[in-house]
Amino acid sequence: MTGLTPEEATALMLSLRVAGVAVLTSLPVGLAVAMVLARGRWPGLWLLNALVHLPLILPPVVTGYFLLLAFGRKGPVGAFLEQAFGLVFAFRWTGAALAAAVMGFPLMVRAMRLAIEAVDPRLEEAASTLGASRLAVFRSVTLPLILPGVIAGAVLAFAKAMGEFGATITFVSNIPGQTQTLPLAIYTALQLPGQSALAGRLALISVIVAIGAVLLSEFIARRVAARIRGA
Amino acid sequence: MLEVSLRHDFGSFALDAAFTAPAGVTALFGASGSGKTTVVNTVAGLMRPDAGRVVAQGEVLLNTAAGICLPPNRRRIGYVFQDARLFPHLDVRANLLFGARFAPRGATGPAFDRVVEMLGIGALLERRPGALSGGEKARVAIGRALLSKPRLLLMDEPLAALDAPRRAEILPFVERLRDAGLPILYVSHSVAEVARLADTLVVLGEGRILASGRAEDVLADPALAAQFGAQEAGALLRARVLGTDADGLTRLQTATGTVWVSQPAPVGAELRIRIHASDVILAREAPQGLSALNILPGRVEKIETDSGQRAWVQLRMGDEAILARLTQRSVTALGLAPGVPCHAILKSVAVARDDLAETHK
Repeated sequence: MTGLTPEEATALMLSLRVAGVAVLTSLPVGLAVAMVLARGRWPGLWLLNALVHLPLILPPVVTGYFLLLAFGRKGPVGAFLEQAFGLVFAFRWTGAALAAAVMGFPLMVRAMRLAIEAVDPRLEEAASTLGASRLAVFRSVTLPLILPGVIAGAVLAFAKAMGEFGATITFVSNIPGQTQTLPLAIYTALQLPGQSALAGRLALISVIVAIGAVLLSEFIARRVAARIRGA
Repeated sequence: MLEVSLRHDFGSFALDAAFTAPAGVTALFGASGSGKTTVVNTVAGLMRPDAGRVVAQGEVLLNTAAGICLPPNRRRIGYVFQDARLFPHLDVRANLLFGARFAPRGATGPAFDRVVEMLGIGALLERRPGALSGGEKARVAIGRALLSKPRLLLMDEPLAALDAPRRAEILPFVERLRDAGLPILYVSHSVAEVARLADTLVVLGEGRILASGRAEDVLADPALAAQFGAQEAGALLRARVLGTDADGLTRLQTATGTVWVSQPAPVGAELRIRIHASDVILAREAPQGLSALNILPGRVEKIETDSGQRAWVQLRMGDEAILARLTQRSVTALGLAPGVPCHAILKSVAVARDDLAETHK
């Protein structure tokens, strides 16, 4: 990484790792939730829908505070996970990834849900009459058809994770090399006198990563869409 | 052998139907909204009626009384949808092979190459469904259902979305399937298709079974003529081609006598001929000096009159029957009544291309 100071490189690599892990781990959960929201017929679905959208409408600081309450070392979920699996979120990069995943979740689920609702259920019926079980129908018909939506959702969530600030700093603080992602590093640089050049360079890196991600996802989505349309 | 019975209340419309489909093609005939698609969806397992029972070749697929309802993927029933429903993300080859991997070991069915050749889709294998014409899609949909090695094929108006030339292109394939011995439940509201394909005919109207039986008997029933329509109603005759006369007319042997038609057909071929009721003239005496070539003797079996001036007369000739459309005035003038001997007169040219179909049985 030529041209990057060690601090800059650390913040960039941490951000990429946090965002990548956040997206990859929340993807299967997001897909399942999107499936349930799009296809489920239960009376209580509005509650799940509201819960999923909560991080989008709450102030990020509040979301971070709730995460701290639940996943902190003394929080009920955090204590259990530490005891059972040795998994610690508080003041670790894993906590930053959790915060990023939660904040990106509504965006991911929304994109996937729209894609699932656009799938013609009559194609799935046709697959079932040809002998495909529900799982096989999902794997061989539904999933390929919603793939552009899944990619779009993942990219949105990745972009959100790269830019997440409020929930992260509230939940896991601002520790260089551990929880200090790009936005937090920019914020820190702006707090210190004579560091505005560093802040500017970090901001430029953010812009480049964001544009790169969008271009890549556009490219993939176009190829997938062309394949699916059957041209 | 397929046994179907079902009852379902849609609120504005209640379906209550039961019928048995023996081997061969069973056509389910009825106007739109008569409940045909509900019946086939119940057989396929895509719809669960309030109460019902479906037994295919001895296996119970649905029995609501016993709480049995196999999911569609465990019924082994091929379904050719009216709108083809090909998978847009797969090419034709992958669409065709989709069901093969789910077929149970030991299931029998035609081989890939044979289906491709029979349907004439060899040139399309690498194409996507988006690049196919309506007729091509219909053929691929038939092939896809066949290659899942079903024990029974459901066809829900597979030709309804196609224009006449495309329809004429697909019908022979369905006839070949019938002749290959695959049981088919064929949904249609076209009398022409039904007359050409059906061995057994089930007539559905407003959620009820109006008639069910041998296609020849149901089509010749004067009480059902109104269901088929004044222009479309007509009986079926089975015939064998004896030869072609010097003037080009084709000589056919029917159970009741010789019939000449102007359509060419190969010698020895077994045909079914659809005789439109509106093309038949009745005479009490064998007529002399008449230009019409075909005069078949029979006996009046049944007469139905409608509220207008129309009358439908069924003429029985041994095992066969002919349906004639007359005015009520003619019925009175001729003194027609059940048991009265009578002659049916048909013009050779009245038998159109569409009304002749070859059977291979």
